[in-house]
Amino acid sequence: MKPENVIICRCSDVTLKELFDLFEDGYETFEELKRIKRVGMGPCQANTCGKMVQWEISKYFNIPLEEALFHNIRPLTMGVKLKAIGVQADEE
Amino acid sequence: MNEAPFVIIGAGPAGLSAAEILLKSGAHVVLIDRSDRLGGQLTKQTHMFFGSEKQHASKRGIDILKLMVDALSGYDNLTVHKETTVVGMYKDKTLACLKGETYFKVHAQAIIVATGASEKALPFENNDLPGVYAAGAVQTLMNVYGVKPGNKVLMVGSGNIGLIVSYQLMQAGIEVVKLVEAADSISGYLVHASKIRRYGVPIEMNKSVKRAIGKTAVEAVELWELDEHWQGIPGTEEMIECDTICLAVGLAPLTELMQQIGVEITFIGELGGNVPRINPRFETSVPGVYACGDVAGIEEASSAMIAGKIAATHALLNAGIEVDKAESSLASWRQELQGLRNGPHGEKVRKGLEKLGVLS
Repeated sequence: MKPENVIICRCSDVTLKELFDLFEDGYETFEELKRIKRVGMGPCQANTCGKMVQWEISKYFNIPLEEALFHNIRPLTMGVKLKAIGVQADEE
Repeated sequence: MNEAPFVIIGAGPAGLSAAEILLKSGAHVVLIDRSDRLGGQLTKQTHMFFGSEKQHASKRGIDILKLMVDALSGYDNLTVHKETTVVGMYKDKTLACLKGETYFKVHAQAIIVATGASEKALPFENNDLPGVYAAGAVQTLMNVYGVKPGNKVLMVGSGNIGLIVSYQLMQAGIEVVKLVEAADSISGYLVHASKIRRYGVPIEMNKSVKRAIGKTAVEAVELWELDEHWQGIPGTEEMIECDTICLAVGLAPLTELMQQIGVEITFIGELGGNVPRINPRFETSVPGVYACGDVAGIEEASSAMIAGKIAATHALLNAGIEVDKAESSLASWRQELQGLRNGPHGEKVRKGLEKLGVLS
């Protein structure tokens, strides 16, 4: 298998090879991968890539899936124009 | 800010049945769904349901949807926001919503999260080629929009979604060249599997996709056999011509909103992955926030319908609202739920619920 041809994160075009390289460099958690490669920060908000990231972490470091922690999730779940928030704030 | 005693997020089978219970009590209900039509996945389920008569067995999903939506008509205590996405949930139970370009907030006393699930993807070479679809997306394309996804399909996964969508592809005149399953047995109902087998679709176990092949879109797929650790075995590769790879490899609960307010989430593989830790009243670790349907663990639509009723009844009782015959209704719904989870196909769910500590 050529990991450079396996897309894990479609939103930010992150390949399995790039995850492996980060694992080699000592990054072990979803949160770290996200900060460096933006995995899980695109429109899907990890709904597509998240489970694959968890699975790869669990496989690479040989830890149970339960321990391959998910990333932190904060509002908002999708892009909202500042104008829309501004209009709402004015009304309030 | 808009004030609402009860907000339901998601108008699928769980959300719609919860809405009916809440509305009957006279309480004001805000029902939010990101789609332009109510019903969640029922909108594309043209097949007849199994399960129990009480959950409309032997009716088609799309007809059940009509019954459930009709049951909400005539209530003036209902506000429905379609095409509206809840983009943020805050600890004081304020929800940030986006409807087109309009951003607004709703403050709830109690929230019923019925957001359902998303489809899992699969890592293989060239998995971003056009022609690689999730099975639910294919079902939406065909059954909601009348669009053929391709002409020659390889189906991956033998759960009920993989089996039913295979049959529906054939109904649409599309060839299903093969169905492969990574595990060593068919995971959906045998009656569905037999049907597509009778129509000549080979169903093969311990096999998965090694890579998709094609320049600008899928032209073929290379399969390989898997060992007992689900690892591909070199030398077992086989090439199949197809223009569509359809992934029916499971669902994952959409828990992201609950994670925003620190609802306790735990990983239970049998329930689809990250699920909220709910109690038998379907309440999460944050009081007043309930989770039901697939978001609380992947099950059938019929189970989601009952879960919605139970969650809504407890939400009412907790808010100090009297519910007619609450105890006996709850007891019979729990019994129905148990009935649906009985038998070999409920085994995975029962195991998952046992881990969650809520096996009723």
